[in-house]
Amino acid sequence: MKKPINVSNQGATLDTSRRNFLKLSGIGIAVAGLTLVGCDDDDFVYNDNKIFDLGMGDVGVLNYAYALEQLEADFYTKVVNSFYAGISTVEKEVLTDLYHHEVIHRDFFKAAITGATNNVLPTLEFQYPNVNFNDRNSVLATAKALEDTGVAAYNAAGKYITNPTYLVLAGKIVSVEARHASAIRDLISPTPLSSAFAGDDVVNPTNGLDVAKEPKDVIAAAGGFIKTPFTWKERGIN
Amino acid sequence: MNILKLLDKLSDDSFFSKQTSRLDNLSDITSFGKKAAVAAIPLGLGSFMATSAKAETTTIDPTTMKSALTDALQLALTLEYLEDEYYAKGLAKPNLIPSSDRVVFQQISKHEAAHVSFLKATLTSLNVTPIAKPTFDFTVNGAFAPMDDYQQFLILAQAFEDTGVRAYKGQAGNVMSNKDVLQAALQIHSVEARHASMVRRMRANKGWIELASGGSGSGGMPTATNPVYAGEDVTMQAGFNTATAFGAAAGSAAYDEVLTTAEATAIATLFID
Repeated sequence: MKKPINVSNQGATLDTSRRNFLKLSGIGIAVAGLTLVGCDDDDFVYNDNKIFDLGMGDVGVLNYAYALEQLEADFYTKVVNSFYAGISTVEKEVLTDLYHHEVIHRDFFKAAITGATNNVLPTLEFQYPNVNFNDRNSVLATAKALEDTGVAAYNAAGKYITNPTYLVLAGKIVSVEARHASAIRDLISPTPLSSAFAGDDVVNPTNGLDVAKEPKDVIAAAGGFIKTPFTWKERGIN
Repeated sequence: MNILKLLDKLSDDSFFSKQTSRLDNLSDITSFGKKAAVAAIPLGLGSFMATSAKAETTTIDPTTMKSALTDALQLALTLEYLEDEYYAKGLAKPNLIPSSDRVVFQQISKHEAAHVSFLKATLTSLNVTPIAKPTFDFTVNGAFAPMDDYQQFLILAQAFEDTGVRAYKGQAGNVMSNKDVLQAALQIHSVEARHASMVRRMRANKGWIELASGGSGSGGMPTATNPVYAGEDVTMQAGFNTATAFGAAAGSAAYDEVLTTAEATAIATLFID
């Protein structure tokens, strides 16, 4: 059904900042980002094989974050359902907290995206062919990789977010992932204390900046864990 | 998001003609759009939108080249100056930091010094003169003795790192108009979070902030640091209850909260002579 839309540009400024649309007709109110009007099927992007595409714009970024949180939640669920032999009290507490946080992040994204669009990433299937869940080194090394990857992914994805509310929400999560990464890195070899928590392998020693990895590179790195294929054409992931 | 559809809804709805509190407005939002999620306005974002005069990060004062973006960088630089000096002083103080712990603070110190250089270079590239390093008083007029007592050194280190995480987060909206600056800010922000997690855990705390507590037991924080943790106990994120699954401690710990410009400045000012 075609509906004529009359858009007044009185008071609107055509600059690159999307926040200006909130100032139309003196509306300075915060239409907080997740009150998106439901989108139609024309917002779905499917290729011929009906492989899910993460979508366009902010929806794509949210689905991307959701995919990574699904992976982390799935991994830690397996970890806590069968803790590795010889796990210490501290390790158990840390891994349990990480399980809690990632499940919360995952469920948050599912709810937020569902409320905003029909293009919601389905529940993915994962695989861990090279992980021995009964081996401390294997579990902690995988946790470290996942947390570092999460930080790098959010750090690079932030610039693709146009809605400031979403950016802040992503920001609230990425720092927690970095706290996780720091803790896991320290847990791997806790004594003597070392610089591993923020090692030169992830934090550039010259400028002090953490890793940022483009979506293509993140999916290439983490894709081995993800059984269910998906695309993100806007970001070159086909 | 389809902007035209949203604009259409906005023009249809009598939503905006009502005089309501911010909270009431949010509940009205549920009445339009299918499956619309009500989003709580994060503190930082709310105050950002209230200051409409300065909200335009693309507005640059042509004489000074200042903007909300460069102001954000100056605030970040202030906090980095503070941390850089703090750790340099601590490492230089004989018999303060135990030899077993030095490697941690050497790594943190290296990063803070690098952040100072990076932010100064960024501001310079934007044709803005970086602010000069303030004179710091880490004792806060004698209330603390961080350079004499290692436990106090750790306490303030934790406070500074947790503050840094929240302060950067609060400036995200102010820097998002420049993609390079935003990404760099995010890349510094996550480093501060790694620092915070490590220092917290050295004090027998968890690496993450549960409820609004800086820590407990031997990891407790003095009441003077309450502003660093105020507001961290929220369990609603964009209409989603984060406490449902595993309780309020886990739900609140899964998200770090912003500090507004004013809040971050107030904390930093405590330590400026």
